[in-house]
Amino acid sequence: MNARQGRRKLGGWIFLALMLVAHGLTALADAALARQALASFMNMLGEVTPVLVLVFVLMFLVERFLTPARTQSWLGQASGLRGWLLALAAGVISTGPIYTWFALLAELRKKGMRTALVAVLLYARAIKLPLLPLLAHYFGPRYMLVLSLFIAVFSVVNGLAMERLMRRQKSE
Amino acid sequence: MNSPVSSREVREDGNLGALARTLRAFMQMLPILFGMLLLTSLVLAWLPRTGLHALFGKHAVLDVLLGALVGSVAAGHPLAGYILGGELLAGGVSLIAVTALIVSWVTVGVVQLPAEALFLGKRFALVRNGLAFLSAIAIAWLTVGVLGLLS
Repeated sequence: MNARQGRRKLGGWIFLALMLVAHGLTALADAALARQALASFMNMLGEVTPVLVLVFVLMFLVERFLTPARTQSWLGQASGLRGWLLALAAGVISTGPIYTWFALLAELRKKGMRTALVAVLLYARAIKLPLLPLLAHYFGPRYMLVLSLFIAVFSVVNGLAMERLMRRQKSE
Repeated sequence: MNSPVSSREVREDGNLGALARTLRAFMQMLPILFGMLLLTSLVLAWLPRTGLHALFGKHAVLDVLLGALVGSVAAGHPLAGYILGGELLAGGVSLIAVTALIVSWVTVGVVQLPAEALFLGKRFALVRNGLAFLSAIAIAWLTVGVLGLLS
């Protein structure tokens, strides 16, 4: 286990403990709010569980078949346009809360996925295919189309800017 | 040349090894995930009590910033962002402010920041969320600008 993994493991447990304390304090201060939060927690847990199964399967497939060389070829520095399109498509079709995907992206990054493409994937998640009809329903089809297009363009802009900024920080 | 038996052993060892590594990484993820769910549920319960609606409508530029800020702090299903945005729009808040809220709702994650930092690094999480916040404002202006031109 490397230093970052060790920090992540310990940090995760500390974070969970802090959140349990926060819920405990909320229950003491405002029992109704705590009950509401608990109901919301159970609801979200039900929603997240199927996504976690998908994430587990993907993590296994990445671990088993995506060698560092293959990752670098598909999503690394030399992946070119294919890498950008893959990251964009993966962001658009990925489902569930964003934090369920962090572990998978951390693994891919360890295997050579370029920083820009991680940022593209995370930003492109804002285009929610199943929710587009609802967005059109609330704000109109033209709004939905223009907004989705700008989000796609800005996912690439964010990816490029992220890589530049992270590279600059690394070299400083 | 490898015999069929030895190549199967190698494959099984590969599968089992990959499964063990995946399980280890997955188990490491669980406390962060449960912590995130607990934090999000607290924010979701607390947010409606803040009287958000009353804060909007004082100044156009402030509305955009406020929209982006609320979207950044808010957590939960994007649909909730659409509904809140729709309500604000019906209440007279500008489309730019509402768009900033909707976009930052799904691209900026102040609540998810601890988990993102633990997995992808503190710098990565801060820079990405900062850029996403600025992008939400830019997208809001551009979207409404283009819609204005199209109509």
